[in-house]
Amino acid sequence: MTLLTPDNRRPLFAATVNSFRLVLFALLSIGMMVADHRYHQLEAVRNVLATFIYPLQYVIQAPVKARYWLTENLASRTILLTENAELRRKQLFLNAELQKLTSLEAENRRLRTLLESSVNHQGERFLIAELLQVDFDPYRHQILLNRGARHGVHAGQPLLDPQGIIGQISEADALTSRAILITDPNHALPVQIVRTGMRTLALGAGNFQALQLSHILNSDDVRVGDVVVTSGLDGRFPQGYPVATVTQVEFDPTRPFARISARPSAQLDRLREVLLLVTDPADGAAPKAGARIAGPP
Amino acid sequence: MLHHPAGWVIVLSFIVAFLLTSIPLPAWLETFHPDWLCLVLIYWCIALPQRVGMGTAWLLGLLQDVARGALLGQHALALVVVAYIGLKLHRRLRLFPLWQQSLSVLVLLLIEQILVSWVSGISGYPPRDLGYLAPALGGMLAWPWVFILLRDLRQRFRVA
Repeated sequence: MTLLTPDNRRPLFAATVNSFRLVLFALLSIGMMVADHRYHQLEAVRNVLATFIYPLQYVIQAPVKARYWLTENLASRTILLTENAELRRKQLFLNAELQKLTSLEAENRRLRTLLESSVNHQGERFLIAELLQVDFDPYRHQILLNRGARHGVHAGQPLLDPQGIIGQISEADALTSRAILITDPNHALPVQIVRTGMRTLALGAGNFQALQLSHILNSDDVRVGDVVVTSGLDGRFPQGYPVATVTQVEFDPTRPFARISARPSAQLDRLREVLLLVTDPADGAAPKAGARIAGPP
Repeated sequence: MLHHPAGWVIVLSFIVAFLLTSIPLPAWLETFHPDWLCLVLIYWCIALPQRVGMGTAWLLGLLQDVARGALLGQHALALVVVAYIGLKLHRRLRLFPLWQQSLSVLVLLLIEQILVSWVSGISGYPPRDLGYLAPALGGMLAWPWVFILLRDLRQRFRVA
């Protein structure tokens, strides 16, 4: 018999805790995890729940947005004037560079047609997305963006910032999408060293400041300061975008391969807005060798 | 939950905890970022075991999985286990002085972190050091404040 309090007939002590429910919920969770991990069957459930959370994620973003708004609107006139002058100067400089680039591009195209090469650099379009959230788990480098399937985002889309490659979309919900950064321990990116043209993989190491270049022999020619760009061999990332600069080269004769770290060109820990390269979904969705998130390195 | 008097207090506390869990902290504090959602869940399991239990925990866990992009069910499993232990021990925990409660909460939070990182490890993200246990310490230090605040709220709004 359960004891009842006189006023509202509520049991004074809750009934004995039901261990059966624990087993039930645990099995349900494990089943869902397996279904999610192995068979990717729960996208619909995830989408529904994501819609519930979307307003909350917007609320979280509000103070940050307010701060930017305030700093932008309350900046003093002199600061704005200097900033303006600075930007004007930069614009001039960039315009000059751009002119050079146009002629170079034309020349490049001409040369490529002469060589009958199929590399195509034109017609790349970008979509700007803002960061909603950064995963604070130190072992997973993921970010949440405010663009989703409704804006044409799909899994596998490359992500850039003005300095270089950031990562790729791992899943797209209706209104938001999640991206995996190149520094995530489970990410591998096919790259090429500009100076020598050597191909390698840039593996994430869970550190915003370092990528590991894999499978480089001790006899290979790699130096500190070498620029690493995407090789485009994965068929997912466009070719020739800056990825990193080599910062550390360690040739150790006792190991089969050299240990080489490179610092990402993109400022991965200071992202606010990112550029999504608009690609063909059919092209990106099919897993291609190399670019797909590999197993643990 | 909303059919009971002042059930909105519980819902609101979960929403606020959810927001706090997702808001980034300064870098030096980030390692110790307490899992507010778990703390609030533990409180309600101790205070109102007949209303907040494993079902609530499971649902909250699923929402957290989606918010964090984890495997669906990862946090759900951990929170259900925490809720189960909280319910099992709620009579004892109620009688503990605050510092002793904090220690018990530390154990609960450690269990949660370990379960979550086990699943991460199985799915290819093994933790590389013991840093993943640090949030439990932060949670232990945060517990007295959560407890006092929620107890006052519960008494003021007569949540029962």
